[in-house]
Amino acid sequence: MNKTTRRYGSVAIGEKLPPLRIDITSGLIIGGAIASRDFTPVHHDKAAAQAGGLPDIFMNILTSNGLIGRYVTDWAGPDCTLKRIDVKLGAPNLPGFVMTITAEVNAKDDAAGTVDIAYSGDNNVWGTHMSGIVRVALPKEA
Amino acid sequence: MTPEETRDFEAKIRAYVGREVGAPTRGKDDVNPAMIRHWTEVTGDESPVYCDQAFAAKSSKGGIIAPPTMLQIWSMEGYAMCQRPEMDLQRELHKIFDAHGFVGVLGTNTSTDFYRDLRPGDQVTAHTVIDNISERKTTARGVGYFIETVTKFTDQHGADVGRQVFRVLKFMPNAETAEAKASTAGAADKPAPPTRIQAPRGHDNAWWWEAIDQGKLMIQRCKGCGTLRHPPRPMCGDCNSTEWDAIESSLEGEVYSFTELHYPKFPGYPYPLLCAVVQLREGTRLIANLAGCEPEQVFIGMKVRGKVERVDDKTVLPNFYPA
Repeated sequence: MNKTTRRYGSVAIGEKLPPLRIDITSGLIIGGAIASRDFTPVHHDKAAAQAGGLPDIFMNILTSNGLIGRYVTDWAGPDCTLKRIDVKLGAPNLPGFVMTITAEVNAKDDAAGTVDIAYSGDNNVWGTHMSGIVRVALPKEA
Repeated sequence: MTPEETRDFEAKIRAYVGREVGAPTRGKDDVNPAMIRHWTEVTGDESPVYCDQAFAAKSSKGGIIAPPTMLQIWSMEGYAMCQRPEMDLQRELHKIFDAHGFVGVLGTNTSTDFYRDLRPGDQVTAHTVIDNISERKTTARGVGYFIETVTKFTDQHGADVGRQVFRVLKFMPNAETAEAKASTAGAADKPAPPTRIQAPRGHDNAWWWEAIDQGKLMIQRCKGCGTLRHPPRPMCGDCNSTEWDAIESSLEGEVYSFTELHYPKFPGYPYPLLCAVVQLREGTRLIANLAGCEPEQVFIGMKVRGKVERVDDKTVLPNFYPA
């Protein structure tokens, strides 16, 4: 667990965040759907997902958002503040897939004290699941 | 749809733009530590400002906060979603699309702004408006419209705490796509491994691909003047002869030019994905993948040797390796 917060001044454009590998399981998909109170059948009921044309249940958007939020705050530390999460959704995440998130710092705003992280979450079967920008505010002083 | 039907349909859907989908939805639960813990357990989020009271109190947060990614969760409808979901304006609009054949739905984008951290005891209310419906678009999934909803989240004081834009595509599924998916769903529990996009084989180039399938890289040769040419085509550009035969390439050459494809990542292709224009020893050039080397090792003029090999269940290709 990261208890140290990154300082705005110590972050450089181009810095790469450590990649995170996430095993996509039925447990993660259903657990994420229910913890986000998203009872849409395609996220917990395989027959419903198949009726919609996919081979199995798939991850809901809230869980994808939660994972990318966690990924960035893990790196930035507990005193950071998430300001924005942009997600362009791609291929669904299904049980048995592995998603790897990679990211790098691609902009800084000195006045606001925010950094933009450009990320991509790619699964090993169907390609990019999600990509976009997370904006996070970092403390300026130690 | 006839142009008149399309006009009627578009008039019907556009009447929804700018309207609230229903009364503001007050979250059934106020922001609370139990739901925060349930969420962070699943996302694997161990940040101490969400769960460690003592740590959070001493941090710049001054106490436990909810993960910002829970913003929308507080006002979710809950279990009713899989029983009898409430018929709001958004679902009504989707039903109009369904009735006109636009039965497919796909979330394409979300953008969420967080204005302040939420703390246990905060009460969140969601106000959702159908903000925008695009022109008719032709997409890879089929013809459809992008519907954008904007949700404003307020707290117990009526102050804005966040905003989310959500865009979905309502589309008429391509017959081909639907069929492919149905066969995947029916055939097995596991999706078929993705393969590369297959090259079209026509009257002028099928012979070349058939030779590749046999492990041979061929170069077309004009029977009139002997000039070699690639890609295959019916007539010689030098002497206009339509008579031709072909020679087998030595597969030796060098990199004439190259690029690395980053985005979007296509399923079925290996990354990093290097594409080069290879100058063959025989004199013609062809586009092929480079393999067996890292992007930073490649340079113009690099000597390469080709290998015709199977890259997946459906495709055989010449790949080029550092010589």
